[in-house]
Amino acid sequence: MNSLWGNDLSGFWSAWIIVITLATIALSAWLLFANRRTDKQPDAEGRVTTTGHAADGIEEYDNPLPRWWFKLYVGTVLFALGYLALYPGLGNFAGLLGWSQEAQWEREVHQAEERYAPIFARYAERPIPELAGDTEAMQVGERLFLNNCAICHGSNARGGDGFPDLGDDAWLYGGKPQDIVTSITQGRSGAMPAWEHLGEETLVDVTQHVLSLSGKATDPARAEKGAETFTAMCASCHQPDGTGNPAMGAPDLTDDAWLYRGPDQSLEAAVFETLRNGRNGQMPAQVDYLGEDKVHLVAAYVYQLSRQAPESAD
Amino acid sequence: MRHEIVEKNVGLLAVLILVVISFGGLAEVVPLFFQKQTTEPVEGLEPLAPLELAGRDIYRREGCVGCHSQMVRPFRAETERYGHYSVAGESVYEYNFLWGSKRTGPDLARVGGRYSDDWHRAHLYNPRDVVPGSVMPAYPWLFDNTLDGAHIGDKMRALRTLGVPYSDEQITGAREAVEGKSEITALVAYLQQLGTVLEDKR
Repeated sequence: MNSLWGNDLSGFWSAWIIVITLATIALSAWLLFANRRTDKQPDAEGRVTTTGHAADGIEEYDNPLPRWWFKLYVGTVLFALGYLALYPGLGNFAGLLGWSQEAQWEREVHQAEERYAPIFARYAERPIPELAGDTEAMQVGERLFLNNCAICHGSNARGGDGFPDLGDDAWLYGGKPQDIVTSITQGRSGAMPAWEHLGEETLVDVTQHVLSLSGKATDPARAEKGAETFTAMCASCHQPDGTGNPAMGAPDLTDDAWLYRGPDQSLEAAVFETLRNGRNGQMPAQVDYLGEDKVHLVAAYVYQLSRQAPESAD
Repeated sequence: MRHEIVEKNVGLLAVLILVVISFGGLAEVVPLFFQKQTTEPVEGLEPLAPLELAGRDIYRREGCVGCHSQMVRPFRAETERYGHYSVAGESVYEYNFLWGSKRTGPDLARVGGRYSDDWHRAHLYNPRDVVPGSVMPAYPWLFDNTLDGAHIGDKMRALRTLGVPYSDEQITGAREAVEGKSEITALVAYLQQLGTVLEDKR
């Protein structure tokens, strides 16, 4: 809890504020009453008072202030005094209502907690696969997803270049309920190193080999050549057969899911770029923003997205 | 009352107007110069690193402050979306303040760590690539422009005269930390530290 403003002005500054504020109000009131005229009757000689301003023979009457205006002015002075009595304003005087900006904020937060926390707590008690089938829970989950996740993963959750598609069945860090909860709670850090130092020729070979793992190689001879480098450099994370390792977030290279691929980029160019520059995608940890209960619900929403994939994919 | 004296001497009128309007400032502004909450940094606050400082200048140059505030107000609707409300002690090393007064886009006071570097780069290159309905302009030149860091040390020295505690070593090493970096790298570094000093996310 960080204080916006405490009542810890020094005595001097507190007095300074009080004196200036009250003196200003007193001066304003004095100005009003000292200038007040009530008479507008002609004097003994039958002359009405004018301000003395004259232009082309037109003179300006010195009439009293309109009554409504005078009352309004008095009203503002009374309002100011009443406000300063009830609310903080006069130095360290906290006001008779004891109102503070922080307390109001805390009350708002507390009221919202009391109202909404039990709803999320009830969802959090139920296992994720069960929640995934609950329409109402998924509507709430979708709201959370749109507010917190869609900015990277897209409002349809289909991701983009560098942002994982959550609607397919390919998972970098595993797609079991607990894996998803961990990804959302702690975040993830991709750690694909850059291999530029291997030289362009070698990287083209490895690119072909990677493509061959899913049957997309355009140059089988180079794919063959790349196998050796793959085994030496890549297999420790991606496995010798290229099926990946969810514990390290190393993607399965044998499927048809490609995380990094620009809109106008060929798959070959995309894989080559990944090999040359490395990839360090970051998923920021969300638990501090959402809290565990909401993470559980969002995880259920994400879980059911890929369960719908077979129907929605085509 | 001698209205005429005031009304016919413009100089005197101006002086008296200044006196009257100064009351508000004297009561509301002057005491803040002497309050701990506004003059002392919150715990853990460090001056911006050279690269972040360079990024801050790009933030100012591109006019980000025109559409993005950096001030989370103490209302639940704001803290729910952006995180803990802003406190004055977070801004004591800020010259000038970039609190802003207009939100065409979201508040950025706590955007640090919220999204990945990759996301910021994609978003600044073309916001529509990641946020389809965005009205934010694209800033592709940030990817082409390179910083030379020629004046970063001077800027830090200037800030030091204003009370930002940069050490001599930081100033000496500043140019090296900035030179050759792209503007996007600097801007993202600046964005990623915004609001990260307070540990409460809420």
